[in-house]
Amino acid sequence: MKHLLYITLLLPFTAHAADADFKLVINDHRFQPAEFTIPSGTKIKLTVENQDATPEEFDSHPLNREKVIAGHSTATIYIGPLAPGRYTFTGEFHDTTAQGTIVAQ
Amino acid sequence: MFGTAIIVFREVLEASIIIGILAAATRSVPNSRRWLFAGLLAGLAGSGLVATFTDVIGSLANGIGQEIFNAIVLGIAVLMLAWHNIWMSSHGAALAKNAKSVGKNITDGTSECSVLLVIVGLAVLREGSETVLFLYGIAASNDGGQSSMLLGGLIGTLLGVAVGYTLYAGLARVPMRWFFTATGILVLLLAAGMASQAAHFLIQADLLPSLASPLWDTSTVLPENGLPGMLLHSLVGYDSRPAGMQIVFYLVALVVIYTGMKLVGRPRQTAMKNHDSK
Repeated sequence: MKHLLYITLLLPFTAHAADADFKLVINDHRFQPAEFTIPSGTKIKLTVENQDATPEEFDSHPLNREKVIAGHSTATIYIGPLAPGRYTFTGEFHDTTAQGTIVAQ
Repeated sequence: MFGTAIIVFREVLEASIIIGILAAATRSVPNSRRWLFAGLLAGLAGSGLVATFTDVIGSLANGIGQEIFNAIVLGIAVLMLAWHNIWMSSHGAALAKNAKSVGKNITDGTSECSVLLVIVGLAVLREGSETVLFLYGIAASNDGGQSSMLLGGLIGTLLGVAVGYTLYAGLARVPMRWFFTATGILVLLLAAGMASQAAHFLIQADLLPSLASPLWDTSTVLPENGLPGMLLHSLVGYDSRPAGMQIVFYLVALVVIYTGMKLVGRPRQTAMKNHDSK
């Protein structure tokens, strides 16, 4: 019974493998790519690599997501499932340059 | 400078509102000021620590350490706010009647004060660490204009603190017969909002299903980056595009804490009536 509980606790982690992976890079306080397309109606795993020395906060009200990414480090953010449309996000700590859009279709 | 002020304001605002409400709610609890201040200091020290170890925390649990950390911090804060509100509903009336002499007789007054320390500490820790990281980024960059941006940070901090203080001063003017109801409702909504935020982080980490994302969208009517939206977010946990699971957490926290308050508060109300009729 106890083992069964442990296995169910692991389920959320095993589910990750099936999610589609997307990668985003922060360099010189800009997102690369600044715009990319994901499938709508399905959850995706977004990996954000911050190549800058300073921390950044991935922030998006449309996506309902916020996450601090330390300098020279990589973070994982799960997004969606989204309805078709355009979803903007910013790097809150450098929001004049760090701007991007996710297009769900 | 203006952009910096807004970002820092937003971070400071949430902690400031929590402190403002709690400072008012525990006005008549002996020594509460001292504990509140200790919580503030502990939170500031903790902010520095969390900011320093952001990369370590972030890399834990396959890159979702930050979400788990935030959810745990928020979860503890919700429990503490619940405890506070339930405690207040059994002791509030006594405190209002005869603050000083009753205060000494409340045996668990110290535990209420340590709860206060934890809530304030956690609130400052969570919002403070982001501010520290943001300001560190400015200080570390070489594009000049640091002093004007740091000035912006200072302005943002002062404005945030001003909102919390205004809330405190406003609550302090509420007549005694409404006072504990008013602060009780505010703390209740604060706790529910934090429960919703905890769910938000667990969804982001893919540990909880979103149920519906979003359940509704009021971003055009009341955007979260506008001042009213920001204030409502900090006060009652307003979210312009909440996931269904966030609302579940919100309502469960609301109902559970309210029920706890009613269960504990009932004997007190009868005692009060007896007291008044004498």
